[in-house]
Amino acid sequence: MVADSGPDPRSPIDPAINTPGREGLTGTAPASLYAPSPDREAITIAPDFAPLDAQPAWRQDFPVDWPQDLYVERRDFMKFLVLTSAAFAVGQIWIGVQNWYRRHSGQPPVRRIASVDDIAVGAAIGFTYPDEQEPCLLVRLTVNEFVAFGQKCTHLSCAVIPRPAEGSFYCPCHEGRFDIRTGVPTAGPPQRPLTRIVLDRRGRDIYAVGVEQRTA
Amino acid sequence: MPKPDYLHFFIDPNRCIGCQACVQACTECDTHRGESMIHLEYVDRSASVQTVPVVCMHCDQPTCAEVCPADAIKRTGDGVVQSARKPRCIACGNCVMACPFGVPEVYEDRKIMMKCDMCYDRSSVGKKPMCATVCPSQALFFGTREQIEQLRPLSMPVNTFQFGSQTITTQVSTMVPRALASRAPHIDVVAAMDERPRSRAVSLTVISDPFADIEV
Repeated sequence: MVADSGPDPRSPIDPAINTPGREGLTGTAPASLYAPSPDREAITIAPDFAPLDAQPAWRQDFPVDWPQDLYVERRDFMKFLVLTSAAFAVGQIWIGVQNWYRRHSGQPPVRRIASVDDIAVGAAIGFTYPDEQEPCLLVRLTVNEFVAFGQKCTHLSCAVIPRPAEGSFYCPCHEGRFDIRTGVPTAGPPQRPLTRIVLDRRGRDIYAVGVEQRTA
Repeated sequence: MPKPDYLHFFIDPNRCIGCQACVQACTECDTHRGESMIHLEYVDRSASVQTVPVVCMHCDQPTCAEVCPADAIKRTGDGVVQSARKPRCIACGNCVMACPFGVPEVYEDRKIMMKCDMCYDRSSVGKKPMCATVCPSQALFFGTREQIEQLRPLSMPVNTFQFGSQTITTQVSTMVPRALASRAPHIDVVAAMDERPRSRAVSLTVISDPFADIEV
């Protein structure tokens, strides 16, 4: 037995965390045993220890604390609503103006595409109409039957492939199909028919005389 | 669910034996993809085997969050400075430069900063962080203030650090011998960098040769 040399600075209580009577000190006790948590808003301390009101504005715009970062002011939310609605309204007006312009710009100039002799029955040739950016397809269905459609798929503007043997235009991007006689979508994601090119046969030549945009 | 505010992290570098158990335990966690968020540093490898475990100190004025240009480092209401928000972090490394404790690290391969978040998945449900769970010498301790007072009667927790003119208070406390802590209630890190360890050389004088009488 070792003699006791003065008061032991250490506590005589067994420090093992599972000692009976010490459960409250082990972290398994309910939080209500301890002092209440500080206010979440009050824990922000700026590096210069000055109050938040005395801080520059950017510190409130870019807070360190997650609760404040998630917090959206009513004014900010209203600003977002107004600006987004305004952007939508401007977009609608822009679309309207474009439609009006298209309707009143008239048909594009007549252009010769090909001669009847250039294209075999059941074959297709490509051309551009009304300008270089608009690829189109001319298909000879029978001896005297010609159709022409814009090549842009009405889903996401991939180039459609003519398949006269199947009687369809095929879009490889998303397996879309259009009827080769009418350009009406028959399968896949496209909802609108292909743009139709109005044709005119003058003697042995085929002319494109107009563009017909269709919505259904 | 926040970390219970009666539980605190205490680091006692004096007790660290450099066993790397904390590093291995931290590495096993999947929330940071098998990287260790705890750094086990040698103080002065050429002169001593003393190691120091470095976890995030969870500053009340987190410099890493102050300098983050992407607003990616946030602190939750319980005072835990979280690791970088993945959608925001741009891996610029500002936090690595700024942190006075050298905690954050940028992982260039995955373009993100990851740092110790006091095992928020565990501590937020009242469990100990993994490193504190495995530390055999309890150099890393997670528990209540009453507990650490009883377990370490000769030390007291200090959570104020002085870096030149910058004062930082932290959620994580370092255990400092009571005699030192009563003299200065904060740790002046810059001044301590110039401090040299006191000489601990012990000379043993041989009183007499016990084998002098023995014929060989």
